[in-house]
Amino acid sequence: MNRIKETFQNKKDILNIYLTAGYPQLNDAVEIVQELAKQGVDMVEVGMPFSDPLADGPVIQKSSEIAIANGITVQQIFEQVQEIRKTVKDLPIFLMGYYNQLIQYGIADFLATAEKVGVDGLIIPDLPLATYQNEHKKLFEAHHIKMSFLITPQTNEQRISEIAQESSGFLYVVSSYAITGGKSSIEESQLAYFKKIEALQLDVPKLIGFGISDSETFNTACKYAEGAIIGSAFIKALTNEGDLKTKIDKFVQKIK
Amino acid sequence: MSYSVNNNGFYGDFGGAFIPEMLHHNVEELKNCYLDIIESDEFITEYKALLKDYVGRPTPLYFAKNLSKKYQSNIFLKREDLNHTGAHKVNNTVGQILLAKKMGKTRIIAETGAGQHGVATATVCALMNLPCIVYMGKIDIQRQAPNVARMKMLGAEVRPATSGSKTLKDATNEAIRDWIANPEDTYYLIGSVVGPHPYPDLVARFQSIISEEMKTQLQKQTGKNYPNKIIACVGGGSNAAGAFYHFLENEEVELIAVEADGKGVHSGQSAATTELGTSGIIHGSKTLMMQNSEGQITEPYSISAGLDYPGIGPLHAHLFKSGRGTFMGATDQEALDAAFELTQLEGIIPALESAHALAALNKLTLKKDECVVVNLSGRGDKDMETYMTHLSC
Repeated sequence: MNRIKETFQNKKDILNIYLTAGYPQLNDAVEIVQELAKQGVDMVEVGMPFSDPLADGPVIQKSSEIAIANGITVQQIFEQVQEIRKTVKDLPIFLMGYYNQLIQYGIADFLATAEKVGVDGLIIPDLPLATYQNEHKKLFEAHHIKMSFLITPQTNEQRISEIAQESSGFLYVVSSYAITGGKSSIEESQLAYFKKIEALQLDVPKLIGFGISDSETFNTACKYAEGAIIGSAFIKALTNEGDLKTKIDKFVQKIK
Repeated sequence: MSYSVNNNGFYGDFGGAFIPEMLHHNVEELKNCYLDIIESDEFITEYKALLKDYVGRPTPLYFAKNLSKKYQSNIFLKREDLNHTGAHKVNNTVGQILLAKKMGKTRIIAETGAGQHGVATATVCALMNLPCIVYMGKIDIQRQAPNVARMKMLGAEVRPATSGSKTLKDATNEAIRDWIANPEDTYYLIGSVVGPHPYPDLVARFQSIISEEMKTQLQKQTGKNYPNKIIACVGGGSNAAGAFYHFLENEEVELIAVEADGKGVHSGQSAATTELGTSGIIHGSKTLMMQNSEGQITEPYSISAGLDYPGIGPLHAHLFKSGRGTFMGATDQEALDAAFELTQLEGIIPALESAHALAALNKLTLKKDECVVVNLSGRGDKDMETYMTHLSC
């Protein structure tokens, strides 16, 4: 079953929520994803906490630090996904992490385990396209693990089409010159960029991420892409007082 | 075997550019223009003029008579401590600031640990009238107050890195993030032979003035074309890269890199990357680095803030793995002892970093007719507080 393909075929205005595994508590990812699925979220991105996350902003980095202090490991994240899959069958699950984490785990082992526990795709911001193509693509395909690469306002058209072609999950459209959680509104220059990408009529679904934080920015992003990704704003919501379920429900209902 | 960087930015198995797409354009822009610019006659003329009149080069290759007598050999010191700002760091910042100007960049950012690179960057920014933002770990800001003051007096803005361990590696992360957020006008001036390609090559080329001068000075002073041994300390490895550069292909020259063992290699408080590290990716480069089995980068320790980095540049990882380089370590105590020894024998107070290189003299078997060059990368003014503490013990 290709959960990603089915989701993009059957749903519109896809809401992809990012969470940091191991945050706020070591095993919370299980309950968080189950609840997100119940609330009708279309896709999730489970962050694998890394000590030096170059592409992430302060909110996600802080959550990663706490998660690492909680003792989260890649192995535990796989176990948590396995647990999630007992009840959550159709929701596409991506893991987001850094290349060094895959290297240390062993890439072949990582992909085999990811497939086994029910991971659908990966987002590895610092894995260069050429390294993926030359060294890893075949193995990804053999394990049916999809890849999502990033493009930014500075990525030129030729490179966009190359990246889109290799993005077997979705194309991750970074909304601005910023790290995650950078801005809270969408500016004119960004709209022009979204329109440019839309006009390319790429043969791959697109999700807009970075700077998507509320229903307004989410709805704007959905005009130009199949959906959007919310990360830092959700992590911030989890940081508030209260029980997990209430915080999650409140957050998703405000967006959807 | 080749010890130069290849077209893909690799030294053997190490190097490359493992960066998020947000940095692709910036790094590509630099990669595509750096050689054309820095190899142009116009650039070389300007760079050499600044090194001579502003930095004070060439630095002497000083025959250390008393030290030689003690170790029964012929020991020369390459006096990088006599550079403007007190260390080799300025060789690189002068080069990169000229490059940034030629690229039309109008805002300079840098990372710093002990503050030496931050000071050297703030210095050339003052000279060139460019705004300068230096990222520095919050903990380092507290530890290195005099250098923070120097940077501020030079007009730089010092921004504390409050994430992670709040030290050099986090300052580097913050600088990279700033670059991501400001890709058009900003030049990231890296201080060591680390980071994504082309930085390790770029910084090594600017530091290579050290071995370029060493070669002619040695020839003039001794008639020899090359030394038998060159000793340099390695944190990220820029002064070592510069001291080794023109002798990399000459296997007659033993290249000795000295890492900081801290309180002992296995004490849990060490920065001995080749002893404790494994291959991985740090700050966009594949190299040897200190990490746990999960790939989380661990915090190193050394008495010397300049050697307190959890990785080494990819060139050095290649020198280590290929066996071309001899890697050894010196503990805090050994470095302190070496610093006091040099001070008493030669009247030169070395930086704590350079003292690690000097500590190797005691561990090597030196021959009477050998010619040994120690790269004295910096002076010890910044370390007086540590030395005073040691003196009163």
